[in-house]
Amino acid sequence: MKCVGWKCSFSFVLILGAILLAVVPLAAQQTPTASATPSTTAAFLVTPEISKALNEKLAQLDKDVKAAQSSADNAWMLVSAALVLMMTGPGLALFYGGLVRRKNTLAIMMQSFALMALITVMWALVGYSLCYGGDGHFIGSFDHAFLRGVGADPNPDYAGTVPQLTFMVYQLMFAIITPALITGATAERMKFSGTVLFLTLWFLVVYAPLAHMVWGKGGLLNASLGGKIPTLDFAGGTVVHISSGVSALVCALYLGKRTGYPKQPMPPHSLVLSFIGACLLWVGWFGFNAGSALASNSLATSAFVATHFAAAAAALSWSAAEWFKNGRASALGAISGAVAGLVAITPAAGFVGPMPALAIGLIAGVVCYWMVTKVKAIFGYDDALDAFGVHGAGGTIGALLTGVFAQQVINPIFGAGKAVGGLDGHWGQVGNQLVGVLVAWVFALVGTLVLLKIVDLLTGIRVPEEHEIEGLDITQHGEEAYNLES
Amino acid sequence: MMKIEAIIQPSRFESVKDALREIGIEGMTVTEVRGHGRQKGHTEVYRGREYTVDLLPKIKLEMVLPDALVNRVVDTILKTAKTGKIGDGKIFLSRVEEAIRIRNEERGENAL
Repeated sequence: MKCVGWKCSFSFVLILGAILLAVVPLAAQQTPTASATPSTTAAFLVTPEISKALNEKLAQLDKDVKAAQSSADNAWMLVSAALVLMMTGPGLALFYGGLVRRKNTLAIMMQSFALMALITVMWALVGYSLCYGGDGHFIGSFDHAFLRGVGADPNPDYAGTVPQLTFMVYQLMFAIITPALITGATAERMKFSGTVLFLTLWFLVVYAPLAHMVWGKGGLLNASLGGKIPTLDFAGGTVVHISSGVSALVCALYLGKRTGYPKQPMPPHSLVLSFIGACLLWVGWFGFNAGSALASNSLATSAFVATHFAAAAAALSWSAAEWFKNGRASALGAISGAVAGLVAITPAAGFVGPMPALAIGLIAGVVCYWMVTKVKAIFGYDDALDAFGVHGAGGTIGALLTGVFAQQVINPIFGAGKAVGGLDGHWGQVGNQLVGVLVAWVFALVGTLVLLKIVDLLTGIRVPEEHEIEGLDITQHGEEAYNLES
Repeated sequence: MMKIEAIIQPSRFESVKDALREIGIEGMTVTEVRGHGRQKGHTEVYRGREYTVDLLPKIKLEMVLPDALVNRVVDTILKTAKTGKIGDGKIFLSRVEEAIRIRNEERGENAL
């Protein structure tokens, strides 16, 4: 509000008058014997009883304020946890389910759903502890195995205002969707037994260490809890998208192409399902990114806005690239673009304002379009549903651009007044991001390759060709997605 | 007795059916089919992969009629199914040896 000229002086006089009116009678009441010192300071004399009562009242007030904040934060974090689970089922299950041929619909949906159950149990037993226990450089500890010590009290290292149980269940939802993303590359040809075993091991061997390195206390790449190389990753650009995307590429190369690819047409069997899935992903992503503020505060709002703007910008830029190339903008292109933008903004969400978010989205939409239409064709790998092209590429771009665009006015993670990203004046952060990206790439590459070899020996990973032709729904699960006779 | 098989544009089906009902045709069998003659297909692009779709959706009408009715039915189909563009479809006529109504074993034109 502007305050100029006589209006300003007038309101000042009014306020002053009001204060005087309030103080004078108070002074008169409380100093009936103060005849010797007729001073207004007498109004602030407090007896020990008053002081005690005041302190008690203040302590109670303090407690009430904390409880109110905890309630508000907890409400948002529980909603966020539910939103992130919704991204896997039904979000990703529908998105991927529509992109496969109809004979493999249930198989790909079942993979996402199986992870919802499997990772949850693994998380309770050791997963949470391996990610967030202890303060090692590379992996957590067994301190919280079987969720020991995880209850109503907050864990001040991570989320000081909500029960640690809330933090635990929120982070669990990230651990579910990450391996589920990989199934986009292995779709239509990987055995169910091999998928389940591989992704369970992958969660322990690749996800847990990376999550600890980036988000865990003392982790090598942690930016705020004592890491050596402070890598910014607000909601999972490295931990979720690079790790799953790069592993997806390794899986696609190891498994080989689907029978008939690329000669035989393999168009998506229902873009309607994919469309609904993508829209659910977009909404769920608010929990993913804005929830990563771990509180219902202004940073959560900032991340929410950045997330939405990047998704919109990327949907536009992918569609524009497609329109330019093919003369038409497709529905699949628009929804793929939105997902690419959401992926790219994930590491940056809590560090950038709306304008950099638009820029990140625009860039991600075009680069990911180029990855899935050109680069994939040039190298000839069969990343069936483009898990690498969208998550690997989008995550890498997002992680690097976070180093460029991060601003201390949004999130002073290195301390008040200290520059965060390149445009803020700290170009060294781009280097830090690059190291983080490289660590995530190498870790995911090597870990995935070793695990695929092991699982190949134990259960086998690829279905026989006749099963692939018949479809995984019937051969792996004994059912069909669409029973037209019934 | 003649059998008429007419493959027509799905968009013309309702008009053809209504016109046939007006001239008193009571029975027909309809199938949704895919195929192509001289009409070329179209291209679909999914994430940069192009597919040529050359089997297009059509409707196939099948009727077995007494000889006396055949010309009227053919004329009606020609009139109502025609758009004048490639892809309007074809009519095939063939002679039918026998027809039997399953319910009461009537034979010949009585069974139609």
